[in-house]
Amino acid sequence: MLNLNVHNYFLRHMQVMLYSLGQLWRTPAATVMTILVIGIALAMPAGLYVLLKNVEEVSSQWDDASQISLFLHHATPDSRGKQLAEQLLTWPDINAVSYQSSQQSLDEFRALSGLDDLLNTLPKNPLPPVIIIQPTASQHEAEALSSLLDRLQNMQEVELAQLDMEWLQRLRTINETGERSITILAVLLSLSVLLVIGNTIRLAILNRQTEIRVIKLVGGTNAFVRRPFLYTGFWYGLLGGAIAWLTLLVTLLTINGPVNRLASLYDSQFVLQWLSGQMFIALPLFGTLLGVLGAWLAVGRHLDNIEPT
Amino acid sequence: MIRFSEVYKRYTNQHEALSGLSFELDKGEMAFLTGHSGAGKSTLLKLIALIERSSHGQVWVNNQNLTRLPKWKVPYYRRKIGLVFQDHNLLHDRTVFDNVALPLIIAGENHREIGRRVRAALDKVGLLGKERSLPIALSGGEQQRVGIARAVVNRPPVLLADEPTGNLDPELSREIMRLFEQFNQVGVTVFVATHDQDLINRMPYRQITLQQGRLA
Repeated sequence: MLNLNVHNYFLRHMQVMLYSLGQLWRTPAATVMTILVIGIALAMPAGLYVLLKNVEEVSSQWDDASQISLFLHHATPDSRGKQLAEQLLTWPDINAVSYQSSQQSLDEFRALSGLDDLLNTLPKNPLPPVIIIQPTASQHEAEALSSLLDRLQNMQEVELAQLDMEWLQRLRTINETGERSITILAVLLSLSVLLVIGNTIRLAILNRQTEIRVIKLVGGTNAFVRRPFLYTGFWYGLLGGAIAWLTLLVTLLTINGPVNRLASLYDSQFVLQWLSGQMFIALPLFGTLLGVLGAWLAVGRHLDNIEPT
Repeated sequence: MIRFSEVYKRYTNQHEALSGLSFELDKGEMAFLTGHSGAGKSTLLKLIALIERSSHGQVWVNNQNLTRLPKWKVPYYRRKIGLVFQDHNLLHDRTVFDNVALPLIIAGENHREIGRRVRAALDKVGLLGKERSLPIALSGGEQQRVGIARAVVNRPPVLLADEPTGNLDPELSREIMRLFEQFNQVGVTVFVATHDQDLINRMPYRQITLQQGRLA
């Protein structure tokens, strides 16, 4: 008997679920518009999130690029420079060093720049000797790096100690700013989805006041009255989430070609992360959640006011 | 079955619809509630159906004190009361079958049982062939009979009707009343509010007459 009741209960839910889908189907124009609004509102933060993840992916490729360039005074002889380099290698917070004399620097510059003739006219080599240091600390350990940097800067032979990570840190900070902005945007747009669904459900409730009164007159509980509206919210959210996913997919498909060309122009191994699998789960799920919640809020506010008279 | 004890009903606008009303209806009894418009007939039925609550005094139905019934229990209580209205209160976007099935769907009956009972109820009111029609395609008398089928489909022990013949001609009115008699004969307590004095004077049932919220 209990089994039968449970069976009936699920059967009813399935029927109400399909019934509310049928109701939406009967007003296709209004339904499509609502779903599009929800879909676009969900697609925007999701798209920005994918963009952000890709920027992070790009910057993570330079993770090990943390290095310090130690420019020595011009007058420092090569022997002293090499000695210094060996000495630095014994420091526990330095992983690797390489010494580049001013002559080597000039040769490299000559080779890379192709300004051979011009360089020949210079009275003396303008480039200083350089020690390139790979610190043990990763770029995330900002304090360790800056303490190392300070100590290096204070050495007698050193003209300038430069951490080549500053621009990457800036990029990280920009990323973080982006992340927070996207979070705020996502919260606001989710709120708007909630309001859109709530308002749509409110109108549906007002349209069906008579029906609600009759149902209550013949013994319908609030839960029974609420159910079709919750399922309506469920469908709006689910379909809106699906639209958002499709929008995202089409967008990524559109920009994938140019992005790949851009990456190959920079000689990068970068491949656009689609996150389509994650989004395929997350967007409809989140949409559904918002849909049911919005419907619940609307029904809660208006249902009690509709009583038989 | 139905007992009123010193019941007062005052609406917010100070209008007193019922003033110290006391009466009793036995189990299985059939009775008419009469009186002029505004005498309090509808209010009395609304108190029984718990659409309204009394301001003072107690209403008992089926040994249950309605004054003490919490709000969340009201739907379950209403399932044991069949209600028939003057304007039918049918859902016009659903078929006759679906209208009559509504109380059973709400009660969570299974599919087969619903089909069986809806057809039995429609058979009883003589509309078995119309189950696929929409209410709008039916005459006023037929719509009222759909309303009655819906009221009795889950076999409530009490059947209340508020001016069920208000919009019908005498011939149809008599048919509707005969239907109520049939339900009464199988043990249902029937209470019908009407001002159709000619019709009920020819029927052998008690008349409870209201005048300004009291028994006349």
